[in-house]
Amino acid sequence: MRWRACWCGVSPAELRGQVPNSVPASTSQEVSLWRRLTDWGATGFAILAAILVLVPLLAIFAYLVIKGVGSVNWAFLTQTPKPPGETGGGMANGIVGTGLILAVGSVIGIPLGIGSGIYLAEYGRNRFGDVIRFTADVLNGVPSIVIGITVYSLIVIRQKHFSAFSGGVALGIMMIPTVARATEEMLLMVPNVIREAAYGLGIPKWRTTLSITLRTASAGVITGCMLAFARVAGETAPLLFTAFGNQFWNLKLNQPTAALSLQVYTYAISPYDDWHKQAWAGSLILILLIVGAVAAVRITTSRGMMKGS
Amino acid sequence: MSDNVDPMNSPGPMEGLPKPVTAMPTLAKIDAGRHGGKPGAALEKIRSSYPGSSRIPDEVFRWIIVLSAVSVFVIVLLVVWELVDKSRLTLHQFGIHFFYGRDWDPNNDSFGAMPFIYGTLVSSFLALVLAVPLSIGVAVYITEMCPQRLRGIISFLVELLAAIPSVIYGLWGIFVLAPLLRDYVEPFLAKTLGWTGLFTGPMYGLGMLAAGIILAIMIVPVIASITREVMSAVPQNQREAVLALGATRWEMIRMGVLRNARIGIVGGVILGLGRALGETMAVTMLIGNRPEVAKSLFAPGYTMASVIANEFTEATGDLYLSALVEIGLALFIVTLIVNALARLLVWSITGGVARPSA
Repeated sequence: MRWRACWCGVSPAELRGQVPNSVPASTSQEVSLWRRLTDWGATGFAILAAILVLVPLLAIFAYLVIKGVGSVNWAFLTQTPKPPGETGGGMANGIVGTGLILAVGSVIGIPLGIGSGIYLAEYGRNRFGDVIRFTADVLNGVPSIVIGITVYSLIVIRQKHFSAFSGGVALGIMMIPTVARATEEMLLMVPNVIREAAYGLGIPKWRTTLSITLRTASAGVITGCMLAFARVAGETAPLLFTAFGNQFWNLKLNQPTAALSLQVYTYAISPYDDWHKQAWAGSLILILLIVGAVAAVRITTSRGMMKGS
Repeated sequence: MSDNVDPMNSPGPMEGLPKPVTAMPTLAKIDAGRHGGKPGAALEKIRSSYPGSSRIPDEVFRWIIVLSAVSVFVIVLLVVWELVDKSRLTLHQFGIHFFYGRDWDPNNDSFGAMPFIYGTLVSSFLALVLAVPLSIGVAVYITEMCPQRLRGIISFLVELLAAIPSVIYGLWGIFVLAPLLRDYVEPFLAKTLGWTGLFTGPMYGLGMLAAGIILAIMIVPVIASITREVMSAVPQNQREAVLALGATRWEMIRMGVLRNARIGIVGGVILGLGRALGETMAVTMLIGNRPEVAKSLFAPGYTMASVIANEFTEATGDLYLSALVEIGLALFIVTLIVNALARLLVWSITGGVARPSA
């Protein structure tokens, strides 16, 4: 019974089957060849797995740098696309469009996300909180293309045209669950003593939450927001039928807008060599944007970037 | 949130906090603090607003917060509502037949989603077959084997894999992976494993195999990070106990760690499956986009997400659009079930600590 109480799931009988009967006296010399071989085999496999996983990562970055750097030039950063087949032109409108859509997305996603996070941590320790928590997880798992369809039917059909605004809404919706869960987690790490100290001073709850609890957790909350930002910055699928893409400059929220990711997609599946080059350049800019955002946050908020967790 | 940033230890955000009260403020102190002293000022505020007036901002704040929480709920309801509403036409016309009909011919108003369901399932399954051993291997390497110095770097790099946008995977797949498959891997597979029937036919590079491989690369970080977290939730003395019985390192990992973490690992795998099922861009760029049910993995296929991505803006006619939305609805329901299942499993192990990295 004593053994059963132990939750390890390894019964003594099983252990006896695996380990030779000379358990107490066993030294490394006595370990059988077969056991040593499986140990080496497993170690080898784990190392191989690590290498196999890192190879595509390095390959992708290497190709992005090699193919991308050659194609990024002044024209690429300042001009709009040329008609199909002509060389030259750039993705300036896409860069600006991505910024525009991301701005709308952040304006929608971050406040709603932080608000929901505050609810979950400070008010939601009840049944309704569990419902919201589960719903946020559901929203997190909804495929981005399905978000695209929804926003298309909600906004694009009603407005009767594609728009930067609808693209921003789609990305904003996708940011909410990430921001909310990060906010909740970080707020829960703030010790209750601090809240009680604030209440003890007569500070009302809203003020305590905003200027004390949230502020204490701000580093983590900002990290969560940036991760959400980085996650949606490269999204393409939800923009296909919302922002739609545009060959020309557009700074209006109610007009179709180019986005880097959309342009990379269009150019990658096109038959033109010059467009392929520009797709690599666009990807490089996009990844620099994302990695830059993530790295900036890591550096400013965490002292343990290379420490793992 | 895998990085355990402890906000309490970082000096920055703490600065704005009021100093803890060490002694009960006396009335004299309160009065002295009326001109700027912090604790006194705060108490004074209460006193002056005593008959409940300070409850109003509290209530307003509470309502704002509740509304933003409810917005999450409303958004999910809107997603469900729009999907059901816009697919009503095909739901009525084809019923359940929609899902096993094999014919997708928009010109003749004939819609069967079978080829897409098949493509989604096969490409995701292929991705799992490739990604599961790799992810568990990486997780084992990171938590149990690798030198302390490399640990942070490798786990950071694996997480970085999750930050690459899907369209860049697609681009890389088209110009690097597909030619590689076409010229080297597929001829080799056809020669050695052609008898299985899975590796036959013309080799384009683009096809089910390419889509499966790119999906595998994309879901490795998801599975690996969950596996890593459930493995580190296994108590250290568990490992020491097994080692003390004379087990080799692998026996220790297998019996002491993996066996205890298995439910959480299965949860991580299912979470990875959820990601693979809904993945759109990379797959659309690599799978070849032909609505066929073919046994060979070299053959082009089509997935539910890609058919929506490719045909949604071109869909003419209400029935066509409705058919595409119904595919979206099916995709939504499947990912909902898969994700709920995965979360239950992961929660049962870690008590809600582990979560997929964003």
